Amino acid sequence: MNKKQKKVLRRIVLSVLLLGLIYALFTLHVLPENRWLELGLYLIPYLVIGYDILLKAAKGLRNAQPFDENFLMAVATVGAIALGEYLEGAAVMLFYQIGELFQSYAVGKSRRSISALMDIRPDTANVAREDGTLEQVDPDEVPVGTVIWVQPGEKIPIDGVVVEGQSTLDTAALTGESVPRDVWEGEEVVSGCVNLNGLLKVRTTREFGESTASKILDLVENASSKKSRQENFISRFARVYTPVVCLGALLLALLPPLANLLLGRGSDWSTWIYRALTFLVISCPCALVISIPLSFFAGIGGASGAGVLVKGSKYMETLSRVRLLAFDKTGTMTQGVFEVQGVHHSAMEERELLELATLAESYSTHPISRSLQRAWGGVPDKSRVGELREIPGQGVVAQVDGKSVAVGNDKLMAALGVEAIACRSAGTVVHVAVDGAYAGHILITDMLKPTAREAVAALKSAGVERAVMLTGDSRSAAEETARALGGVEYFAGLLPADKVAKVEELLARKPKGAALAFVGDGINDAPVLSRADLGIAMGALGSDAAIEAADVVLMDDNPLKVAKAIRIAKKCLRIVYENIVFAIGVKLLCLLLGALGLANMWAAIFADVGVMVIAVLNAIRALRVKNL
Amino acid sequence: MKKSYKIKVDCANCANKMEQAAKKTEGVKDAVVNFMALKMSVEFEEGAEPKEVMQRVLKACKKVEDDCEIYL
Repeated sequence: MNKKQKKVLRRIVLSVLLLGLIYALFTLHVLPENRWLELGLYLIPYLVIGYDILLKAAKGLRNAQPFDENFLMAVATVGAIALGEYLEGAAVMLFYQIGELFQSYAVGKSRRSISALMDIRPDTANVAREDGTLEQVDPDEVPVGTVIWVQPGEKIPIDGVVVEGQSTLDTAALTGESVPRDVWEGEEVVSGCVNLNGLLKVRTTREFGESTASKILDLVENASSKKSRQENFISRFARVYTPVVCLGALLLALLPPLANLLLGRGSDWSTWIYRALTFLVISCPCALVISIPLSFFAGIGGASGAGVLVKGSKYMETLSRVRLLAFDKTGTMTQGVFEVQGVHHSAMEERELLELATLAESYSTHPISRSLQRAWGGVPDKSRVGELREIPGQGVVAQVDGKSVAVGNDKLMAALGVEAIACRSAGTVVHVAVDGAYAGHILITDMLKPTAREAVAALKSAGVERAVMLTGDSRSAAEETARALGGVEYFAGLLPADKVAKVEELLARKPKGAALAFVGDGINDAPVLSRADLGIAMGALGSDAAIEAADVVLMDDNPLKVAKAIRIAKKCLRIVYENIVFAIGVKLLCLLLGALGLANMWAAIFADVGVMVIAVLNAIRALRVKNL
Repeated sequence: MKKSYKIKVDCANCANKMEQAAKKTEGVKDAVVNFMALKMSVEFEEGAEPKEVMQRVLKACKKVEDDCEIYL
């Protein structure tokens, strides 16, 4: 509790004691029954607890703010006292203050627990001085290329590359994954990870402000400015609700007594004014106005603790409605790492063929070239490679050891007039021809992520009715992946522009109220990410493009997180709707009972504060996402 | 131009009122107050001087909610 809250708490305790004492003195007839004495004594606790509200009410009045809740509360309580309900007037003020205190405490508490979840902000960086001692500096002042020391137990402050040492990193604060990661010399490390055991010396590759931890914090802190429909609804509702209830109070105070007068019955002013005052007690929309943003805030906070960054409550809402999901194959469901699966129809030793192909491709940086090199298992001796011709979209023709070696796809073989043998397995096929004669082909495939199949099944149970795979790969490769995933729809051979067109087609036919999300790894799919109702980028650790382009960012590359994100959003939105219905429902019921004279001011203030407390506690539930 | 300011305000409805007041201020194109993050992001009209506009915004906010602060 902060200073302000403690002060209010002291005032609450004091006025409770005073009220109890005064009440006891009068009911036990220690003090004589005297209106003026009662008024005088009850005014003491009333002023102790309510003086600031009365002051604020006066200021609000001066600034022409008639619907200021302090003003309304002041009118209600002063009115009650004027009607002779001294205890009630003081008690209403007391409960109002208790409610306010609880609210501010709960909000502060959840603000803190959310920043604790995102406790990745490093405070200092250790830079070695020339004499070998360490100096702690502000990470903001470390230039790119500096070598910083990260000791066991410390957070890595700035992104960089390990130049010395090996260790295990805890990435939980970033990814929500508790499996630690081993790093050694030459590995890239991102800020926000905690160094668990060895000493690491890291050469920074970015400035602090551009580092992963800073970017993520920035994103989370600015998240809720993109407001959801529910939040906008509530703020509009709040703007109308208070004036309408106040008008209702005015009518309730005037019309029935006047009607009674006209009909020649007793006007009964005090009864109706009392009922009107109960209206004013319920006129504050606080419970609603606080619980809805709080629910979203807690939901976003809980999600970021699980490694799912949602860029705004608007996206939280869209995420909860996802019923169509399009996803990219490479890097999303597969590892995006190509492995040589086999060498087929080779006219020579398999290893020899692999060697020729590796040498011919040795000048290329294409992933295929790297996978060939890995499978062959050596560093190619580039001096064996002579004249080299690269044919875009087809392959290369190179002189290797004096032989003309052609390495490429069907098109290259056709262009060279070599009859190629088609491969029956799915994957990328690299044909090799030596001196114009077909020498066999190498099959390269991408590995499915271990959780991919489970992830697709989890999507179904998270309410995704249709999952579609969009890929630029060949039909056969797509078909095999689709089968391995447990049979999903797929569209193969799509260029980036085709993917956008496909997503537009899906958008045009989606059911009303449903949302379409696209999941990609953020590489080459920025246009699709922004075209879909919701763009989800995964594997964002170290990928700025993905963080920029997507609405929801999954910090690690586990596809299971997609379903988890949807479940988190669904829980959050369920809480939001519960709070809306509950808070509005109870208020309306109270208004009705108050108008009929069935609910007195006690009931009204209990309903008002009680609803707020329950709604706030319910909202905080959105923070808990561990077991989803 | 868009700028973000830290604010201090105690109740959520007051934050909404500040948002309304800021939106109506001359020189402000749009304003969003985020009660949970205690931030106000203001989009200024073309050619408006943020410093002057923010003084007006602060004044307008003080009018609807006396107990608030914008850290300029």
